[in-house]
Amino acid sequence: MAAIYSLYIINKSGGLIFYKDYGSAGRMDTNDSLRLASLWHSMHAISQQLSPVPSCSGIELLQADTFDLHCFQSLTGTKFFVVCEPGTLHMEALLKHFYELYTDFVLKNPFYEMEMPIRCELFDISLALAVQKDRVALLGR
Amino acid sequence: MQFFGGSEISPSPPVPTAAGNNAHMLYVFNRNGVCLLYREWNRPLKTLSPQQDHKLMFGLLFSLKSLTAKMDPTSADKGNLGVPQLPGQGCSFHSFRTNTYKLSFMESPSGIKIILVTHPRTGDLRESLKYIYNLYVEYVVKNPLYSPGNPIRSDLFNSTLDQYVRGLG
Repeated sequence: MAAIYSLYIINKSGGLIFYKDYGSAGRMDTNDSLRLASLWHSMHAISQQLSPVPSCSGIELLQADTFDLHCFQSLTGTKFFVVCEPGTLHMEALLKHFYELYTDFVLKNPFYEMEMPIRCELFDISLALAVQKDRVALLGR
Repeated sequence: MQFFGGSEISPSPPVPTAAGNNAHMLYVFNRNGVCLLYREWNRPLKTLSPQQDHKLMFGLLFSLKSLTAKMDPTSADKGNLGVPQLPGQGCSFHSFRTNTYKLSFMESPSGIKIILVTHPRTGDLRESLKYIYNLYVEYVVKNPLYSPGNPIRSDLFNSTLDQYVRGLG
């Protein structure tokens, strides 16, 4: 059983640049994941418009019946979001760690073009390690 | 006993009251997206007209529901994104949180949606929303002069609601 079900990274215009599944039931095809990512981008923007107080920066946590969705937006507008089991803790820290990995293995990759889909083997490996480590830590808690 | 609300004809505009130190606003929608009730206690920022605001809120909830139904990682066959679903069908959501507010959402089997917007550090409000739904049943549905689908104009309901929301943690 996975604590983290999947990870999405979307660029500042709402295009999906990275999607990884870590054990959801039923594969999502590419078109669906693209649609979901851009839908999330718009919902995130609308939630800022509906805020009753100024300086709202969008949804950070969505609690659904069967999962939690944690979202982290970087200063440049790239959004990272994970789908995990309800009530999973320490997801903000994990998202920040994913962001760190992104800056190290994607942005510093000379062959990577900004805002384009991410294809970096080292990034995949280090992400898988981070998720694995988080699961072990979860078992220990 | 004053049971059937005030004598005014038009729905009273939301008057900012002193109630609700924690709550910002409350919406009640029916299944067609008509805003039956809008109460506001503390809303410094208004960017849209009330009609636009209600439409945007209903649209956000509708789309978030189709998003959660499609994203549900525990079921294998979910259909396409955006297929119409009955209330209670598919994976729904009960709250979301931003840095400035928390929105709690409940949908009854008949499609009545109750939305409460509060301070971001408020706890789980699912039971409170059920209680508000009970108030709606008692004061609105059981009112023989109320015709379904119309905006709610009941002073008694409003004051009971204010009193309850004021007591929320």
